[in-house]
Amino acid sequence: MSLKFSDEAQKKFENLLTRYPNKRAALLPVLHLAQEEFGGWVSPEAISYIAQLLGLTELDVYDTMSFYTMFYNQKMGRFVIEVCRTLSCEIMGASTVTEYLENKLGIKSGETTADGLFSIRNAECLGSCGTAPMMKVNDDFYENLTTQKLDKIIDLLKQKA
Amino acid sequence: MAEIKILMAKENVKNSHQIDVALANGAYSNLEKAFKMKSVEITEEVKKSGLRGRGGAGFPAGIKWSFMPTGDRKKKPNYVVINADESEPGTFKDRWILERDPHLLIEGIVITSYAVESNTAYVYIRGEYVKQAKILQKAIDEAYEKGFLGKNILGSGFDLELTLHRGAGAYVCGEETALLESLEGKRGYPRIKPPYFPAAIGLFHCPTLVNNVETISNVPWILENGGEEFAKIGKPNNTGTKLLCVSGHVNFPGVYEVPLGINLLTLLETYCGGIRSRNKLKAVIPGGSSMPVLKAEECNVEMDFDSLKKAGTGLGSGAVIVMDETTCMVDVSLNLLKFYAHESCGQCTPCREGMPWMKRMVQRIKDGNGRPEDIPLILNVADYVGGDIDFSRGKLGKTICALGEAGSWPTIALLNKFREEFEYFCNNGKSMINRDKSIKTPENAVPEVVAT
Ligand SMILES: Cc1cc2nc3c(=O)[nH]c(=O)nc-3n(C[C@H](O)[C@H](O)[C@H](O)COP(=O)(O)O)c2cc1C
Ligand code: SF4
Ligand code: FES
Repeated sequence: MSLKFSDEAQKKFENLLTRYPNKRAALLPVLHLAQEEFGGWVSPEAISYIAQLLGLTELDVYDTMSFYTMFYNQKMGRFVIEVCRTLSCEIMGASTVTEYLENKLGIKSGETTADGLFSIRNAECLGSCGTAPMMKVNDDFYENLTTQKLDKIIDLLKQKA
Repeated sequence: MAEIKILMAKENVKNSHQIDVALANGAYSNLEKAFKMKSVEITEEVKKSGLRGRGGAGFPAGIKWSFMPTGDRKKKPNYVVINADESEPGTFKDRWILERDPHLLIEGIVITSYAVESNTAYVYIRGEYVKQAKILQKAIDEAYEKGFLGKNILGSGFDLELTLHRGAGAYVCGEETALLESLEGKRGYPRIKPPYFPAAIGLFHCPTLVNNVETISNVPWILENGGEEFAKIGKPNNTGTKLLCVSGHVNFPGVYEVPLGINLLTLLETYCGGIRSRNKLKAVIPGGSSMPVLKAEECNVEMDFDSLKKAGTGLGSGAVIVMDETTCMVDVSLNLLKFYAHESCGQCTPCREGMPWMKRMVQRIKDGNGRPEDIPLILNVADYVGGDIDFSRGKLGKTICALGEAGSWPTIALLNKFREEFEYFCNNGKSMINRDKSIKTPENAVPEVVAT
């Protein structure tokens, strides 16, 4: 199966190229776009596709991509929960948040639930230190967490799935 | 002095991120004035203001601008790059501007680009700021529509293309040369200075000005009121207001705009409602996790670049992390070392090997297997990685970028200032602190869940 951007994504891609003096500079935005388009991760096929689009080698793409924590080289859960573990969050109870989620979902940090719904990861400071503890689920920040709030969030996410 | 709000002037304005609201509140009103001035005159005004960079190092902005080749000296395109990477632990101030007043930033970018004769600007925003990127992108689109960006802005003959570029999760990309590498579509490896000073060889090998979001957001006010007025705020050599982001064990954490030089204890008591649960203050990191910690008794200090430097620490990004008596400093040290070990880009041996090494030693202490001789050993490694906090020893600069120092300084300070805690842990296999790991969300925080 060969990958291809949808028409809309293709338009976005072409617009991106106009913003930089060379194609390589568009690599990060194109990786974001590809991850969004192709199921939330950057597969080997996606890497080939991007390389071909930007006139790079697959190695160039992989080399850059592997530097950044936000590009996934494997399929993740439908909801990727990232609990911030850095100082301001830790002193506000982040480790208890992680434990609570691990128990609730029956997985350890770094794992994905068997139904493929949830992955838990630890993240470094996400710029919500004043509203700690916090976590990010896919694109959204959830701040000022409490255990009641965690229950409610997980319920809501399950409903959404 | 009455409270001066330069950056948070629209604090109480609803929907201040929308262009109509922003315009009604004076956004873009300084562009006409800027375009009537010569570009060097604007740089002069910024020099007069004494504005120092708000991204961490506190370098005078006007002087940095004057490094950019303009007029006859300009041989290649100039670039302006705004650092919105905001990843220094404890920092969430640029976020306030990005979410609440993106047009202030854009106005600042237009004036700055005009002053340094750049027709292309990028904002590099950390990848995790998805919502903030959406808000800023919308603001940029609106500014294009209204003619504040693009070709021939307001009939001035000045063109500016502004592009928002998202990072993808890497602390080191906040370091300006790593940021440029990342913008070029590569791994975020910091470049060696010299020769890669951005003003000489920057983005796409062209002269580049890199400034922080907060730095640039001061520019419209400076243009409107003049550099001298700005210089009256704060203290000599530490002029203007500063966004301080306070987190940790206070009753009201958050972002506060205060004149530089405010007393730290006043900040904590008057603005932040004091320490939570009437606990005792134990320590404060005054400028983001890379800055050496202050013990409670050292907190009677003024919050500005020079005073904090004199106190052996730094204002850094303005991130104030407050810790009460339930905090175990071995935990704190391990937490930070995990961060720096994770974020080292791996180019320099001292940083790549030293951070994980220190981390493992502190982990060993925390696991109850520490030996008292581990403490001088950790200090020794820290010294090799990032050098002594005593700047006068001239031992800085052992690594390509300042991340080596950023990880070593807090470690050295924690071990020196709270040595008895580390020793107790080594001798007894447990913390001497009655730790509190519970979730401490402030009661005033609304426990609302918004499903999107
Ligand atoms: C490891 C490291 C991380 C940094 N992270 C940031 C950051 O997130 N945001 C920022 O504005 N500056 C950061 N800086 C400072 C930048 O290198 C640079 O000094 C700054 O963007 C210049 O802008 P200013 O003069 O307006 O402060 C970092 C520096 C280092 C060494
Ligand atoms: S000091 Fe660390 S982060 Fe900076 S360039 Fe060297 S290895 Fe990379
Ligand atoms: S420390 Fe968790 S968001 Fe900053």
